[in-house]
Amino acid sequence: MAALKDIKRKITAFNKTRQITRAMNMVAASKFKAAQTRMENFRPYAVKFMEVLSSLALRVDAKSHPLLAVREAKRIRVICMTSDRGLCGAFNSNLIKATERFIREKSREGREVELIPIGRKARDFFRKKAKTVNPRADVFGKFDINLAVKISDDVIPPFVAGEYDELYLLFNEFANVAVQRPTVVRLFPLPSIGSEKEIGLDKRLNYIYEPSEEILLEKLLPMYVHVLIFRAMLETSAGENGARMVAMDNATRNCEDLIQSLTLKYNKVRQSAITAELMDIVGGTEALAKG
Amino acid sequence: MADALTLEIVTPEMMAFSGVVEEVTIPGTEGEFGVLKGHASLLSSVDIGELSFTQDQKKTRYAVNTGYAEVTASKVTVLVETAERSDLIDVERARRAKERAEEKLAKLPKEDVEFQKSRAALVRALARLNVAGKN
Repeated sequence: MAALKDIKRKITAFNKTRQITRAMNMVAASKFKAAQTRMENFRPYAVKFMEVLSSLALRVDAKSHPLLAVREAKRIRVICMTSDRGLCGAFNSNLIKATERFIREKSREGREVELIPIGRKARDFFRKKAKTVNPRADVFGKFDINLAVKISDDVIPPFVAGEYDELYLLFNEFANVAVQRPTVVRLFPLPSIGSEKEIGLDKRLNYIYEPSEEILLEKLLPMYVHVLIFRAMLETSAGENGARMVAMDNATRNCEDLIQSLTLKYNKVRQSAITAELMDIVGGTEALAKG
Repeated sequence: MADALTLEIVTPEMMAFSGVVEEVTIPGTEGEFGVLKGHASLLSSVDIGELSFTQDQKKTRYAVNTGYAEVTASKVTVLVETAERSDLIDVERARRAKERAEEKLAKLPKEDVEFQKSRAALVRALARLNVAGKN
């Protein structure tokens, strides 16, 4: 009889787990939707921004700007951007693995690597494993462009001062709900901009620039860094919730499978218990009748 | 010649405003400038401050953060990192930000990176308060 009770208890437990995972799935779905909307809202800004930046870059010799300065990469910094919270499948562990691999490669090439973890998972993981600077955690609950500005303020001055020579950003690029790809983007020195896109150039030739093109570009480049970082944050946030949706959906389904097979087992055990009892009674009455 | 002036205020979070207006005043880094329809093409950086425009004789104010503005004869596109309409500004928050920044500024040496950051924060907070105060 004990077995029957155990199975019953297990079924109840799985039922509760299923309720939780299902609720988490729904929460993730609504957060995912919000994150996706933000990504869509950001697109016009990013597109417009790139348009202007590339047309400016074509008119100005940008090589002289400190953010574009190419130096021998002796010391590099790596931003690893994960989510704050777990239970989203391999979303964070894939990225952390990719980051470790990246750091290993760079160290083998003789570079000195420092890590800038963004997001609690990255911070916690790398706390003891790598040399970290300017970590930021618990940021994805509620964030806006100001966070990208703050991160830029952390990284821009030391680069300009020559404290390090290259900056990379590793984050999960959002492909769709099920697929997020760990991606490496070089932030500093900024890659040359707008070499291919010459659309809209003639249109801008007779523009008045205020202040001069050079100064304008100087102001726009830090904003370009904000745009790149903010985009990565939006993709991380959408990807995290997408991954959690999928993970929780799988978990819910696994629970259902388990409940089903346990219920089957429960019924079988119950049936055989009843049969055994019946046999006992029948055997008993028969023995009585004979006696 | 263009017969209307369209204004778009775009921030990373949303399209803050989009519509036909009569006149726009933009806080450029080289000084505030006004735009009417038929303005010469212009690209200017925008400073923290107050952006305002009139629509049906009514003036609307926005507190904006840094960015830039692209002006053509019939359209003004303003790309700024934040834009808040005057009646939606959280005055209490701006005031706290102002106090925080002032406190920090009083303590820090001028060369400190934090000093620059705090000063920027102070300017932003003041711009918000200023715009909100005109309601």
